[in-house]
Amino acid sequence: MRGYLLIESRDPFESTGAARTCELAIQLRAAGHDVALFLVQNGVLAVRSGARRTELDKVLGTKIEVLADDFSLRERGIAPASLSGGVKAAPIDSVVERMAAGWNAIWH
Amino acid sequence: MATKHTLTFVLMDAPFESARTTTAFRLLHAALDRGYDVNVFAYEGAVALSFAKQAQHPNAVHGRDVAQEDHPLSKNWIAALMAHARTRGADLKWVNCGLCVDERGVGEAIEGAQRGSPADCWKMAQQSSTTLVIPTK
Repeated sequence: MRGYLLIESRDPFESTGAARTCELAIQLRAAGHDVALFLVQNGVLAVRSGARRTELDKVLGTKIEVLADDFSLRERGIAPASLSGGVKAAPIDSVVERMAAGWNAIWH
Repeated sequence: MATKHTLTFVLMDAPFESARTTTAFRLLHAALDRGYDVNVFAYEGAVALSFAKQAQHPNAVHGRDVAQEDHPLSKNWIAALMAHARTRGADLKWVNCGLCVDERGVGEAIEGAQRGSPADCWKMAQQSSTTLVIPTK
C-alpha cells in the first residue's frame, strides 16, 4: 500500500485549508495508510510549543509523522528546541526520499 | 549500486510571485543532488520561469545599480540546476506547455528548456516513481 505525503505551506492561523489537510491526513491514517505531514513555508508557524491550535494537535495524537522544514524554521526564527512534542525538524530531502520510495505526494 | 529514480514535478506559479517557487527549486536541487533524474512540466505562469529575456534591474529606492542589486532571476536558477544535474550524472528535463507559452508570448526559453504539451506531462508521470503537482495557492 502506497504511503501518502501531505505537504502544507499555508499559515494555519490564516487559512482553513491547513486544517483540511490535517483532516485528510487523519482520514488516510484511519484507512490504514502510512501518512506523513511535511510543513513548509508558513505551514511551520503552528509548530512552536505553546501555539494555540487544534487540528495539528489531533494529527500529533496519531501515528502520523509530522516534519517541519528546517529551512522554513530558520527563516522564521523557530529553533528546533522550541518545537512541539512530536514534531521533527527535517531537511527537504525528506520529501524527495518519500517520492523516490513511491509515496503519493500531495501539495494543495 | 543505488537505484536510479525519476521524479516529476509539475509547476504552475509564475516567477517573482510565490515562495512555492523557491521551495520547488529546493526540491529539484535535492533530487538532483541524489543523482535522480528529474522531469519538470511547467504550465500556466510557470512557463515564464525559463524565459530567456528576463532582465535584472536597479533599485532606485535603495540607491543600488543593477550589479549591486543583483536581482535573482529564475532563468538563471534553472540553468544552474541543469549544470548541477550534469555534475551529478542526472538528467533534468524541463518542458514548457506550448499553449501557455503562446498565451504569454514567452517563446524564447533558455537552452535546455523544451516546448511541449500536456501529453508530455502524462508521459513523464507514467515514467516516474511519483509526481508532485505544485499548484498556485
